[in-house]
Amino acid sequence: MPSFDTIVIGAGPNGLAAAYRLASKGASVLVLEAAAQAGGGAGLAHLSYNLDPRVEKAMGLAAHGLDWVARDLATTVLSPDGRHLRLRGAGVEGDLPDADRKAWAALRGRLLRFAAVLGPLNQMAPPRIAKGVGNPLWQLAKIGLKARMMGAKDFRELGRILLTNVFDLLDDELSDPRLKGALAFDAVMGGWAGPRSPNSVLPWLVRLSGQVAGVQGALGLPKGGMAALGAAMVRAVEAKGVTVRCNARVARILVEGERVTGVALEGGEEVRAARVVASVAPKTTLLSLVGARHLDAGLVTRARHQKARGGAAKLHLTLKGLPDFRGADPKDRLVIAGSDHDVERAFNPVKYGRVPDRPALEIVIPTAHEPGADGKHRLSIVAQFAPHAPADREGARKAMLAACLAQLEAQAPGIGAMIESAEIWMPYDIEDRFGLPGGQWHAGELSVEQMLFLRPLPGIAQYRGPVAGLWLASAGCHPGGGVSGSAGWNAALAMEGAK
Amino acid sequence: MTLQASDLRHYETPLLKTPFHARTEAACKTWSWGNWGGYATVLTYEDLSMEHSAIRNSATVYDLCPMIKYRIEGPDATAFLDRLTIRNVAKLSVGGVQYTAWANDAGHMLDDGTLFRLGPDRYRLCCQERHLNWLLDSAFGFDVTIHEETEEIAALSLQGPTSGEILRLAGFAIDGLKPFRMAEFPLASGRLMISRTGFTGDLGYELWTTPDQALALWDLLFQAGKLHGIRPIGSEALNMARMEAGLIITGYDFTPADVCVREDRLRSPLEMGLGWMVDWQKGHFTGKAALVAQRDKGMKWSFVGLEIGGNISAEGAILYHAKKHEVGVITGAIWSPVLKKNIALAQVLTKYAGGANLWAEIYALRELHYEKMMMRAQVVERPFFVHDRRRATPPGKY
Amino acid sequence: MTHDALIIGAGHNGLVAACYLARAGLKVLVVEKNDWIGGAAVSRELFPGFTYSNCSYVSSLFRPEIMRDLELPKHGLQILPYEGGAMFTEDGGYLGMFRDHEANRREIARHSRRDAEAYDRYSRDILRNCRLIRPMLMRRPPDLASFAPRDLMELAWLGKQITGQSEAQIYDMLRFWTMSIADFLDEYFESPVVKAYQAVGSIIGTALGPMSPGTAYVLLHHAMGDVDGNVGSWGYSRGGMGGITKALTASLRAAGGEIVTGSGVSRILVQNGRAVGVALENGNEHRAKRVISNMDVRRTFLKHVEEKELPGEFVHRVQRFKTRGSSGKLNIALDGLPKFTALPEGAPNIKGDMHFTDTIEKMELAYDDWKAGHYSRDPFQDMMIPTLIDPTMTPPGKHFMSCFVQYAPPKIEGRDWTDADRDGFRDACLNQIERYAPGFKSLVLHCEVRTPRELEAEVGLTEGNIFQGELTFDQMFFNRPVPGYANYRSPIKDLWLCGSSTHPGGGVMGAPGRNAAAEVLRDMKMPAKDMSDAYAIV
Repeated sequence: MPSFDTIVIGAGPNGLAAAYRLASKGASVLVLEAAAQAGGGAGLAHLSYNLDPRVEKAMGLAAHGLDWVARDLATTVLSPDGRHLRLRGAGVEGDLPDADRKAWAALRGRLLRFAAVLGPLNQMAPPRIAKGVGNPLWQLAKIGLKARMMGAKDFRELGRILLTNVFDLLDDELSDPRLKGALAFDAVMGGWAGPRSPNSVLPWLVRLSGQVAGVQGALGLPKGGMAALGAAMVRAVEAKGVTVRCNARVARILVEGERVTGVALEGGEEVRAARVVASVAPKTTLLSLVGARHLDAGLVTRARHQKARGGAAKLHLTLKGLPDFRGADPKDRLVIAGSDHDVERAFNPVKYGRVPDRPALEIVIPTAHEPGADGKHRLSIVAQFAPHAPADREGARKAMLAACLAQLEAQAPGIGAMIESAEIWMPYDIEDRFGLPGGQWHAGELSVEQMLFLRPLPGIAQYRGPVAGLWLASAGCHPGGGVSGSAGWNAALAMEGAK
Repeated sequence: MTLQASDLRHYETPLLKTPFHARTEAACKTWSWGNWGGYATVLTYEDLSMEHSAIRNSATVYDLCPMIKYRIEGPDATAFLDRLTIRNVAKLSVGGVQYTAWANDAGHMLDDGTLFRLGPDRYRLCCQERHLNWLLDSAFGFDVTIHEETEEIAALSLQGPTSGEILRLAGFAIDGLKPFRMAEFPLASGRLMISRTGFTGDLGYELWTTPDQALALWDLLFQAGKLHGIRPIGSEALNMARMEAGLIITGYDFTPADVCVREDRLRSPLEMGLGWMVDWQKGHFTGKAALVAQRDKGMKWSFVGLEIGGNISAEGAILYHAKKHEVGVITGAIWSPVLKKNIALAQVLTKYAGGANLWAEIYALRELHYEKMMMRAQVVERPFFVHDRRRATPPGKY
Repeated sequence: MTHDALIIGAGHNGLVAACYLARAGLKVLVVEKNDWIGGAAVSRELFPGFTYSNCSYVSSLFRPEIMRDLELPKHGLQILPYEGGAMFTEDGGYLGMFRDHEANRREIARHSRRDAEAYDRYSRDILRNCRLIRPMLMRRPPDLASFAPRDLMELAWLGKQITGQSEAQIYDMLRFWTMSIADFLDEYFESPVVKAYQAVGSIIGTALGPMSPGTAYVLLHHAMGDVDGNVGSWGYSRGGMGGITKALTASLRAAGGEIVTGSGVSRILVQNGRAVGVALENGNEHRAKRVISNMDVRRTFLKHVEEKELPGEFVHRVQRFKTRGSSGKLNIALDGLPKFTALPEGAPNIKGDMHFTDTIEKMELAYDDWKAGHYSRDPFQDMMIPTLIDPTMTPPGKHFMSCFVQYAPPKIEGRDWTDADRDGFRDACLNQIERYAPGFKSLVLHCEVRTPRELEAEVGLTEGNIFQGELTFDQMFFNRPVPGYANYRSPIKDLWLCGSSTHPGGGVMGAPGRNAAAEVLRDMKMPAKDMSDAYAIV
């Protein structure tokens, strides 16, 4: 068996990005993936919004088969009376007060500006609030300067909204409940917070700092779906000489003499390497793979307290034919959110471990873009919110499915009769399937107190793990999740810097 | 100590009574009581000088019950304690006792204490402060159970030159018991564990039994020691003896990190003079990375013993370099009746811990006015007081 | 005659500002719309023989520097620390609070031994944050976008406060300031009732639930005060909270200041972009070289200043300044002392704050009602009986009970409150108390109910917000009340703000009034006579 100097645990976007970068700098890299197929979280997401351009370009993903059926997907906000709104960029089609149209364009412009100013933070290790620790002072100064260059008005406004809530931000400027509802839903995607929660704006800005094919704030649908994006990344790393082994679940990270020496797989096989890059959730890495005895007690307690509550369920439907959402373009991303109040109401019961009556839904119909041979249609749906730890998991799963189907039926009458199969993944199912604690998309909530130098935990936020030879490179690290590869790429850069 | 949900009227007696209370209360002629960990304990029974002198001359009994005690057991108990404390626990044999300390991630002292190895997978940890949360949090990932047994154990400290003889007279065969070892004996209707440990730097033992045997133990000791000068002592006399022995107390000589408000008050085991305990080779333990960094970089503070000029206790005095710059603080000081010297324990900036040109600013309250003195302070080795009888096995007959 | 300074509103902040200015030698006039003085720090006799603390009801935040500077004790102010407190549990038990550390430890240990110990570490962490924030209360926040030396120096000072801590402590602090109290408490405690009790201070006056991020800071806002140096401790003002404004009034008069009551301001007079006085509803006009408004920012600029006098952006922000009320108040005259069945006879806990929501979830559910535009069906109450400490407020053997209640929205499902709503709100509160003290309702001689409607109508707090504006980060420090105007000034020259809408916000603290006075004097290049710097928590 060949020997490797680096083992990457987890063949998700971050693991693959890190593997690629390390291999391209001469490391011999083995990627171990527990699942039968590489791709990780890319198998959970259905749209791309923040693929890191550094990763896309360096890995030559286009050359490895990444192509887009849509680079800037429009969103149709569904309304039960057929008064749908269609959003693309700053534009809104449909019956909307003029004031709202203008206000939204202005607000979106401002949010994109703020996101663009903060965006460069995604492409570096989080700074530390300390002197003489090698902070990228020049880059930070540039970000500060750029922020200030927006002008006093925007700069003050950034200071005001940074920790505010989405509900008020929208309510201050807009009046249309459909628009506010859809935007509120966008803002809280993947989190465990309703739009009225303070601090809900910053995660939205992080989301808006992403881009698709150079367009900031866009949504992209890869040809062949998000799995194809994962596959292109796998091809890229393999072309760089990286070995990717699937069906290889790591049971333990081996630590001897207070440094990492490799991993033990489930089944007992041990693979040695001087460097282990964990692209699985930090909580899992520290508590299960490394184990408490190799770590300080306080760090272990912090890891246990790290918040990882998934609030989203994933629903897959196979339909006999194409559903009709009262005339909405099935190629669009379809959103059922109701009003901003409704999105908040969908979060309320989740706080107590219960299922909402009317979850908000994001619907993508890949078969509308790329028809299958059987003429059937597949709907990929993200439903928010869903409880991550209800008392009765089976009951909650059933209730959640019923609530989602009722929401769909209200917007596309007759859709229920077209369903051939329906599968719903509650957050706890997502945890089982993808190894994400709590079913949390970002491998740890992307909330303000778990961002930047606080992500995943203070003290280990610069990708260097707490044991020599261990590196952290998952979505649980800065800057968080989505299918971006940023955390993995940043981690690889940090490893280079450490040499 | 009762902690039942039904005990609603606890507020009427906020301080608890130890199992020896019936005897300590009867013996306490000064009515001088203090709060030790939530228990009413005697500060002085009769006369401080007589009590201190008995520690060095005959035998003394000190009620140890408020000392916090944890039972730690399970297959991972040794691994757990090795990760918790800075010493090597694997080197402690069954029947042995280890003086030890532990720190948080940042290497700041949480407490020190004594660790008793009761069996291969069974330990007792005695310490000054309560640490249930830290111990339970530290136990995550270890197959070990932690149980606070403070209320389930009655403990006395029997210290002084005649303490061995008194135990012999009380019927306990302790001749072979070496320092930092323990042995178990039958006692009335229960059991007594005797460890050759103490907090005085003198010959002495600590006696551990169940609360129901407490009064019987007390009576047995005082009966056996009647002709050997046995007397109860309060915390003040013990405090003098421990200072002579150069021993530190949590909360007096350093503030435990988990409740320390001011960050500049935090101290590491190295800074508290406990660096000799640290086993750098034993593998990972909590705070190791921080302590390694401090070891390599040098520590800001040092803990030292001082001899101070004059005969006025330097309690609470600020230390100056060249009578000008504040460079430390005295955490405990007495006039030592045994050494006939003015001694003190102090935290000093390492830079000045060499001791040259150190001065203590002493305020002595005399008839409503403070007399201010600047006294020369000399750094000296600890302990201040040692005597061969402490280690003699079998213990001497006095 | 032209005054040097005219203050609109005789609330505690208006009076504090007036006192400092009068002591500095200015000719000061305070105008008050009500017949009585005190704003929301007031004691009134609405039922014969019974004095109520009608709005605010306890004191801790009121700055001791101000009490000393203005010689308030000489003018009759007495703050009495109170004892105890209890969170009653649904199963008939309770968690008590005690002043004695050991009693408190044993009490918490009845519910969880771990929590009893964690409480010390928790208190330490709160105190660390108090130490950090206290010096910020009596300073003018910097303008983030300004390059003026003073703003830059203030920012540098702020940076120094923060970086004066260890790196690890800075991270802990940032987490604390951004977390929800529910998440924060989960890191210390395991017992639901212990968590619920500690969460009390995190929601009072706040349109947020304990699961909302930012509520850990609100807790700090209620913990950073002190009674005689006991940080986090609360007390009663002898004779009710009106005692504070009464003493301020006496102090003001002694310094030569005047107060005119009984007619509200109809208009702030503005000439050539400068405030020159006020016109009262009764037709009188008062001229002054500067006008200082103790009204909240929305009332000041949206009701009493013509929009054309103000920049559009400023108006835009002021219109959107969040003042959603979240609380109500019951003031009750009692024929005797109610008996809380859970408490042992003679337990001191009844002398402190009492509550009935024994889990964080219940408190959050009460908030969900507010979000839906309804008062809480199972409300959170901060209930106390001040007459167990202060004998001056009722006849002997009778008692005054003060119930602060969350949540009560400014509007009921989008419409105004009706009397029927108010009665429903009252009954939800009384019935809750009755469940824990059977027979309580039969002791009620009189009950004053204050919903946000009454708070706005009488005291003039827009939407009944007791802090004159919500205490969320977008409205704190350099954002309070409006970014760029956190300096007590306004776009209109000589028109100032001194109410709780300004930094550091609400509670009977007096700091906004003091800071505003300091800024006025600074602009006049006058020495701030008799003005102490903030006491540090050494």
